Amino acid sequence: MAALEEEFTLSSVVLSAGPEGLLGVEQSDKTDQFLVTDSGRTVILYKVSDQKPLGSWSVKQGQIITCPAVCNFQTGEYVVVHDNKVLRIWNNEDVNLDKVFKATLSAEVYRILSVQGTEPLVLFKEGAVRGLEALLADPQQKIETVISDEEVIKWTKFFVVFRHPVLIFITEKHGNYFAYVQMFNSRILTKYTLLLGQDENSVIKSFTASVDRKFISLMSLSSDGCIYETLIPIRPADPEKNQSLVKSLLLKAVVSGNARNGVALTALDQDHVAVLGSPLAASKECLSVWNIKFQTLQTSKELPQGTSGQLWYYGEHLFMLHGKSLTVIPYKCEVSSLAGALGKLKHSQDPGTHVVSHFVNWETPQGCGLGFQNSEQSRRIKDSEKHIEVEVRKFLALKQTPDFHTVIGDTVTGLLERCKAEPSFYPRNCLMQLIQTHVLSYSLCPDLMEIALKKKDVQLLQLCLQQFPDIPESVTCACLKIFLSIGDDSLQETDVNMESVFDYSINSVHDEKMEEQTEILQNGFNPEEDKCNNCDQELNKKPQDETKESTSCPVVQKRAALLNAILHSAYSETFLLPHLKDIPAQHITLFLKYLYFLYLKCSENATMTLPGIHPPTLNQIMDWICLLLDANFTVVVMMPEAKRLLINLYKLVKSQISVYSELNKIEVSFRELQKLNQEKNNRGLYSIEVLELF
Amino acid sequence: MGEFKVHRVRFFNYVPSGIRCVAYNNQSNRLAVSRTDGTVEIYNLSANYFQEKFFPGHESRATEALCWAEGQRLFSAGLNGEIMEYDLQALNIKYAMDAFGGPIWSMAASPSGSQLLVGCEDGSVKLFQITPDKIQFERNFDRQKSKRHFSWGGRILSLSWHPSGTHIAAGSIDYISVFDVKSGSAVHKMIVDRQYMGVSKRKCIVWGVAFLSDGTIISVDSAGKVQFWDSATGTLVKSHLIANADVQSIAVADQEDSFVVGTAEGTVFHFQLVPVTSNSSEKQWVRTKPFQHHTHDVRTVAHSPTALISGGTDTHLVFRPLMEKVEVKNYDAALRKITFPHRCLISCSKKRQLLLFQFAHHLELWRLGSTVATGKNGDTLPLSKNADHLLHLKTKGPENIICSCISPCGSWIAYSTVSRFFLYRLNYEHDNISLKRVSKMPAFLRSALQILFSEDSTKLFVASNQGALHIVQLSGGSFKHLHAFQPQSGTVEAMCLLAVSPDGNWLAASGTSAGVHVYNVKQLKLHCTVPAYNFPVTAMAIAPNTNNLVIAHSDQQVFEYSIPDKQYTDWSRTVQKQGFHHLWLQRDTPITHISFHPKRPMHILLHDAYMFCIIDKSLPLPNDKTLLYNPFPPTNESDVIRRRTAHAFKISKIYKPLLFMDLLDERTLVAVERPLDDIIAQLPPPIKKKKFGT
Repeated sequence: MAALEEEFTLSSVVLSAGPEGLLGVEQSDKTDQFLVTDSGRTVILYKVSDQKPLGSWSVKQGQIITCPAVCNFQTGEYVVVHDNKVLRIWNNEDVNLDKVFKATLSAEVYRILSVQGTEPLVLFKEGAVRGLEALLADPQQKIETVISDEEVIKWTKFFVVFRHPVLIFITEKHGNYFAYVQMFNSRILTKYTLLLGQDENSVIKSFTASVDRKFISLMSLSSDGCIYETLIPIRPADPEKNQSLVKSLLLKAVVSGNARNGVALTALDQDHVAVLGSPLAASKECLSVWNIKFQTLQTSKELPQGTSGQLWYYGEHLFMLHGKSLTVIPYKCEVSSLAGALGKLKHSQDPGTHVVSHFVNWETPQGCGLGFQNSEQSRRIKDSEKHIEVEVRKFLALKQTPDFHTVIGDTVTGLLERCKAEPSFYPRNCLMQLIQTHVLSYSLCPDLMEIALKKKDVQLLQLCLQQFPDIPESVTCACLKIFLSIGDDSLQETDVNMESVFDYSINSVHDEKMEEQTEILQNGFNPEEDKCNNCDQELNKKPQDETKESTSCPVVQKRAALLNAILHSAYSETFLLPHLKDIPAQHITLFLKYLYFLYLKCSENATMTLPGIHPPTLNQIMDWICLLLDANFTVVVMMPEAKRLLINLYKLVKSQISVYSELNKIEVSFRELQKLNQEKNNRGLYSIEVLELF
Repeated sequence: MGEFKVHRVRFFNYVPSGIRCVAYNNQSNRLAVSRTDGTVEIYNLSANYFQEKFFPGHESRATEALCWAEGQRLFSAGLNGEIMEYDLQALNIKYAMDAFGGPIWSMAASPSGSQLLVGCEDGSVKLFQITPDKIQFERNFDRQKSKRHFSWGGRILSLSWHPSGTHIAAGSIDYISVFDVKSGSAVHKMIVDRQYMGVSKRKCIVWGVAFLSDGTIISVDSAGKVQFWDSATGTLVKSHLIANADVQSIAVADQEDSFVVGTAEGTVFHFQLVPVTSNSSEKQWVRTKPFQHHTHDVRTVAHSPTALISGGTDTHLVFRPLMEKVEVKNYDAALRKITFPHRCLISCSKKRQLLLFQFAHHLELWRLGSTVATGKNGDTLPLSKNADHLLHLKTKGPENIICSCISPCGSWIAYSTVSRFFLYRLNYEHDNISLKRVSKMPAFLRSALQILFSEDSTKLFVASNQGALHIVQLSGGSFKHLHAFQPQSGTVEAMCLLAVSPDGNWLAASGTSAGVHVYNVKQLKLHCTVPAYNFPVTAMAIAPNTNNLVIAHSDQQVFEYSIPDKQYTDWSRTVQKQGFHHLWLQRDTPITHISFHPKRPMHILLHDAYMFCIIDKSLPLPNDKTLLYNPFPPTNESDVIRRRTAHAFKISKIYKPLLFMDLLDERTLVAVERPLDDIIAQLPPPIKKKKFGT
């Protein structure tokens, strides 16, 4: 769980930060020490743990530092550029910058980049790159021009991938952005055009990048407040060609698009980014940490004095200019779990309680029936699942491809084939996302539900039942079996869609009123004549029982939601009936009880509907009651515990018949009324009227 | 614009006959429709679905089958056992030939169009060769003994050719036979299941069969099934139960990728051949769309390349365009329902305020009532005298009336059947009417397609079906043949519309396709021919004084042609230049009657089934931006605005469906309506469907 700790200010000394803020904060060769370059003339070395400066160097009056000082990790020296072309190298012992090594270069420097384990690189404003050693050997060497006129470098970052230095820099020209990836050892420079997607006028405000084995993941914060991700291959397929890169939406509207102040973005680790800027509503600036995998806000901290819109992150420290002073906020990220990712809510609880253990931990292999002995393999599978999920999400974010349907179909088929081949492979999230595209159907991927049934994944099954129009009755019935048999405790852990369920536990006040009204409803229908007076009486003896039965839902809410999905699904009676016979009797009675409960709830109001967003209709309930009884009557009738239910159902049918007979009567009288009405409207066969045409 | 007293007449008790068969001709884009009274109508689908020709019915000639063969030749067969061919030029029956097999139930033309197959009551299938001017019996197919009935096979109710012409399928009662055309012997006999929803019905009638080129036979039967058979093995492949009642008709598209069936419940189902899964080559027949445009049995269906056509007992002819086949989404893509004939069944004597109604086998003469009251727009005035039914004139013989007319003075009535022409003299003595038939009609006046009296009732104009126009002088109780305009040599086209100028000098006659001819009655010679136009004439009339001929065409264009000047009038040219309002052109019923106001020469009165319009030629024409029809009277607008927004088309949609509208005198109109509800009330009750319960 990511968290920001208490902030502290590095120096009481007011830095001479210009309107653009600091020039840079860079690491030095000692873990706790950082080089801070202000936008004027000074470089200060801070020790963060002591919160005090260790040294300070300034250039002469009239000179100005143009490139933040960096540490050459190989030699422990510091390097800075002033007046664009003058390079200075010094170490801790030096006092005066005027006296230290100086080299005047033939071209203007954009940045010096230095990371642990390799020599620093010098990036010139024209896009050329030199190693520091090679440059110092001949400072006046000719520097070639790489980027075109009017193209300006906006941002750059230096990585070491498998001991190969890789430099990426972003340029901008007339609102178009280009990415250059320089493999320093092989001297391969690849140029990419960054496509901005739909919103052409958005300006990219800030960049950050992280790297894995094959890709540089370039994240950008646009002026619309959204974070986009672009994957740039490190080893290009065809370096000669100018290639285009598509960005995909990662996070929506994390900061206000039209913020006056600067916004900044930096990647903290694979799953977290820190964003500096004003959130949508508040005007005060905030530092917020987002989990990009779950798209949740992890934590945020208000910065009331305003920032310069710059953010650096080294080790466990976030650096920013808060007001006039340099502020450090330590940042920590524990292993993330679903509970944590779901938001801050659960986190406020004591982490010691074992509530958390109910939630799936994405980092540790769990469940899946796989022992720890092959945890290596399971981690590999988990990794690939996660990778697929990211890829699918990226693809879905694009969506506008013309062959969207076929690609989705092929993807699902491919995934399912792998699921069948590798039993432990089950990219659940990915499948859920694909189902929710509304383009899948049962016939396209019959294996999907088969696998979900095998895994007893009720959430996925519910989703399938809701989305697929063509589920065969046998599969519907298999789903029903699982929904009825799955234990309440395992249901508790699932996250089923509760849209169709209304909180039945809230007792409605109308209960008793309706009881009385049924007598009035039976206009023209005399229950006394009916042969089953006895059972009526028997029922009337225990009115309390009945009300109790009618008001409490026989199944838990989650199971009710699952059963409602079954009720909503399409079926054909002849095909469903044989499968219904396979369901155990106690489950049948449970389902019948639930249906009867729904019926009673239905009849509570005049429109005969259930509350809720997408509740089952009365017809669906009645059809299913009939179906279940048709299929299992002989079994149910033998069960003593079902007797009361059957009597209730019998009464229900009787009341239905009477309702329908009333409706048919009403229909006839209504038709007569309509006829009368028509006759009134009919002016007869002959009339003389006045017509005026205008 | 004017205030009128309108005699709103609803006592025209006209009920169209139910539709029995339709046959679509792809070559000419025409549809032949036969009704239960034996009438055959030809609709030109290219000319805005205009009913351009009709053949009057005959009591003993119930048409059971209709088909096009040899391109444009139309054949019918019926329960009198005869096969008939229609002469589409002269509009009479070319010949009738007894097939000697008892009543004929089905007929099908071979794919090449050179052979005709009929299925008879006695179970025989007879093959006829179509010769250029007749048909010739070729042979009988082998009859099979029915095991169930211990007699020769049941009647052949449906027939279909294999597209290669080598085999035929014949549907009978309880079985379908497949015959080899070459040998004439049965290859297979497929027994149709009598079971209907588990209950064994007495018989299963195969109402329709369709033979596809891949050897599949599709059958529809009285048990509500659509079944697919393999003709090679004689086995049932697939069965769809689609209705609780009979499925009575089937029609397959030429491409064999879709077909349509009609049921006795009034539903039309569309089946399409669609791939089993996306991008698979395996296809299956799927019931795609149900349409409920009929209240009664759908006796017949047809499948044009772009539309499903259906007709049945409820007398509507319905065109349901297939949206995926319609390229331009214009008004042609709209559903069309044709209920009323596109010709006038009513004539009117202005002088005596009489209306003559034409029915299939009788005429009715009514006298309109009167009122002394006045009122404002929309008022119904109290009647001082109600309308009287004066006369009920029954025809002799089984033939339907083709046309009828009452003279403007009210003292002559003329009507004609296929074989006889009748002229009656009426005498009015106070309230008594005496009727005297004028006997001894000359031989050439045997059959008339259109009859018209001159304005002064002294001349009778008769368009005979040989293409000749006869002028008869009427005086006192006798008549004298004056002249006959013979058709131009070589043409035999019948004239179906006549118009005479009020001064009696000019006679205009129009055929089904050729232009309008104008004759000089005084000099007894052809005066001129109006330039030919692509669309058939639906109504025409000659204006008083100016002798301008106003012609309405089926594409809703209206022309005004000056007979004395032999050219279109300036107004007509202006209209053509500016074009009609798009809503005017989108009306889907043709103009069936045109008349003029005696005192307002600038006015043209015309109507179709859903509106009545006065065109004021002195006002500017509406453009597409102006409101064509404004049902609300101008309220408090100033005269200036009213004058600015006023345009030439004054439309009233109060009376509908409007079968006839004419001006009786300057301030009185007569409107004959036939409400659809009144027609439905006279039809047999439809199959009752329960609304509530099961």
